[in-house]
Amino acid sequence: MSRRVVITGIGVRAPGGRGTKEFWDLLSSGRTATRTISYFDASPFRSRVAGECDFDPELEGLSPRQIRRMDRASQFAVVCAREAVEDSGLDLAATDPHRIGVSLGSAVAAATSLEREYLVLSDSGRRWLVDQDYLSPHMFDYLIPSVMPAEVAWTVGAEGPVTMVSDGCTSGLDAVSYASDLIREGTLDVALTGAADTPITPIVVACFDAIKATTTHNDEPEQASRPFDGTRNGFVLAEGAAMFVVEEYEHARRRGAHVYAEITGYATRCNAYHMTGLKRDGREMAEAIRSALDDSRVDPTVVDYVNAHGSGTQQNDRHETAAFKRSLGDHAYRVPVSSIKSMVGHSLGAIGSIEIAACALAIEHGVVPPTANLRTPDPECDLDYVPITAREQRLDTVLSVGSGFGGFQSAMVLRSVGAAA
Amino acid sequence: MSEPVYVTGIGVVAPNGLGVKEFWSSTLEGRSGIAPLTRFDSTGYPARLAGQILDFDAAEHLPNRLLPQTDVSTRLALVAADWALRDAAVNQAAMTDYDMGVITSNASGGFQFTHGEFRKLWSQGPQFVSVYESFAWFYAVNTGQISIRHGMRGPGAVLVAEQAGGLDALGHARRTARRGTALVVSGGVDSSFDPWGWLSHLSSGRVSAVGDRDRAYLPFDTAASGYLPGEGGAILVVERADAVARRRAPQVYGEIAGYAATFDPPEGSDRPPGLRRAVELALDDARLRPGDVDVVFADASGVPELDRAEADAFREIFGPNGVPVTAPKTLTGRLYSGGGPLDVVAALLSIRDGVVPPTWHTADVPPDHGIDLVLGEPRNRSVSVALVLARGRWGFNAAMVLRAVADGAGSARA
Repeated sequence: MSRRVVITGIGVRAPGGRGTKEFWDLLSSGRTATRTISYFDASPFRSRVAGECDFDPELEGLSPRQIRRMDRASQFAVVCAREAVEDSGLDLAATDPHRIGVSLGSAVAAATSLEREYLVLSDSGRRWLVDQDYLSPHMFDYLIPSVMPAEVAWTVGAEGPVTMVSDGCTSGLDAVSYASDLIREGTLDVALTGAADTPITPIVVACFDAIKATTTHNDEPEQASRPFDGTRNGFVLAEGAAMFVVEEYEHARRRGAHVYAEITGYATRCNAYHMTGLKRDGREMAEAIRSALDDSRVDPTVVDYVNAHGSGTQQNDRHETAAFKRSLGDHAYRVPVSSIKSMVGHSLGAIGSIEIAACALAIEHGVVPPTANLRTPDPECDLDYVPITAREQRLDTVLSVGSGFGGFQSAMVLRSVGAAA
Repeated sequence: MSEPVYVTGIGVVAPNGLGVKEFWSSTLEGRSGIAPLTRFDSTGYPARLAGQILDFDAAEHLPNRLLPQTDVSTRLALVAADWALRDAAVNQAAMTDYDMGVITSNASGGFQFTHGEFRKLWSQGPQFVSVYESFAWFYAVNTGQISIRHGMRGPGAVLVAEQAGGLDALGHARRTARRGTALVVSGGVDSSFDPWGWLSHLSSGRVSAVGDRDRAYLPFDTAASGYLPGEGGAILVVERADAVARRRAPQVYGEIAGYAATFDPPEGSDRPPGLRRAVELALDDARLRPGDVDVVFADASGVPELDRAEADAFREIFGPNGVPVTAPKTLTGRLYSGGGPLDVVAALLSIRDGVVPPTWHTADVPPDHGIDLVLGEPRNRSVSVALVLARGRWGFNAAMVLRAVADGAGSARA
């Protein structure tokens, strides 16, 4: 594979800060940004904590028209895309639009707008035959959410392939892998890729309540997300987005771009087991990891850091721990593993991209972000999860993984450019 | 990298036919699946015609335990996948689980199911929301359920690009097969004909309000008045040629020889739209020239200005009346993620049988369109290369080239 893929621009909106710098400050200081849900009265719900973003679309430079038509997740994606382009220094006007594409991940897409419109059309749930007199002209955009990558394409003037990748909670990893495929095969030189999800809305809270997937640590909202901790009891729902400029390496080098990291390998596997359940052996995630390492042509022992899915459900944490042992062998006990979901929660399809941003920044700064709130060990989770405090360490090769409903298991390997050369 | 990728199995769930045989005879004989919506009282809504699958009883085809946890769209997708795998005579047990992937397109998820759950949440309370809502709704559901049902543990993915997404899924299936996965189950199936889903379709402003089912969706006609939404689609078995030969698949319908996707410039731009470029890139990918194409399955929006733009692209690429063009989707409506894959099926069957189905109902094509639209009755014509197009609202364009494979359809490969 001769065409290499590198990350040259990052834009992030995650709980606890605005932009990449505040995001990284939060992670490297081990602070948490989960809180009691403020968007609606969550008192009827079992889980009442979330990772919310203080996002002001006007302040972010969106026009009144854009704010009116776009779902919140689209707004996040567009804002992050602009920021990623600015960060990359890419001159869009000097780049062939045919060679720019968009691959945007999202799990539940326009959920917020769907629920808002539903309440209006159904008279707060009273009417099954919804009322056409209250129909928004944008309702179609929420029914079929591929308007989201279209909004990103219009923002950057992309005329290459544009698509939405919706693989549930691995969407954020898989969307970037899809863009990388298009660059490797020669279809694109540049892609705006990443993911956005803004699921903090009653229907989404209710559907995770129903299967007890989310936490009940409602009395300690800042300490509610506890991946790998013995007292964890579910994930903390969150919102957010991360977008990247990814480029073919020579394209980036020619224009003298700053390179955060190279995407050297990736893979997805299905567990073909259960729509929400995970087998304890971690077999399919291990296979995805092995395949991503093969794709990168590196040995498991060179992995310097593992950014875990670490959702904070008991089932996930044990499944994942088994997968690391299965794929990395003894090295699994030596390599630092952490979950940033302990700090920013689990933003479904978006988190995979937010975690890629964390990995790129970890390589950039030589710092392993910690797993916050990890105070009570679980004997079944016996790896080095970097509890509480970040660790300074040179990082050349980083593995990021994701796991989601539907059985999706994904892995990606990022390397510093020096290491990959 | 250049190993050919074939279609070896087809499963169809279309408004005018369940199964390949019924769909194809309906398509050649002009039997329509368009009818007034009867699943709910649609009399109050300004448009009522849709391509519906009215003779499908999921309980006949799927185990009981799958019914409460699935939306109608997922049930249709599961059955289409079953049929495609049976058609291809795939023995899952004889294959490596990681060597089988599932890549589907979706547009509206399990919408009817989720409408029911929204209603329970808001009229009864959170504790009434189904334990299945978390996965019956989202766009990834069909890929997940198909992979579970058949023990397929290779790569899984879901792409959304309105009507263009189904071709993107097949294109990605081909890419994935070339990257190393021998077999990929791929395609798209959609359905969202509950009252809220239906009203959402109407909000596009492009659904025809004409009440006569034979006059409502008339792409390229002077009386074109928009489109009709439909439900269903197709699931295909996509396989690398070496794997096809190794397991002696019973038939090869054709090769996915070329694929490309483009996106239109933003509204108001003076740059040209992307459809022509998608066609040219897909032909390049297949190492073919426009003159090699025997038939084009058009996107056929039915929205007059979009029909005109498509006709313009055909004239520019093929010359005036340069290639037969058809749109059998007038019998099914536009199926969103299922539309591209169902047109690919029609294209492959045209290759197999040497016959091009007409664009039923369309009759009066303006001469300045300059297209040779197949009208009125099927046209006998040997088809070696077929081009399938799909455009998605907001600017998505996808093009796929299907090519006949020598000793392919109907004959065992040695």
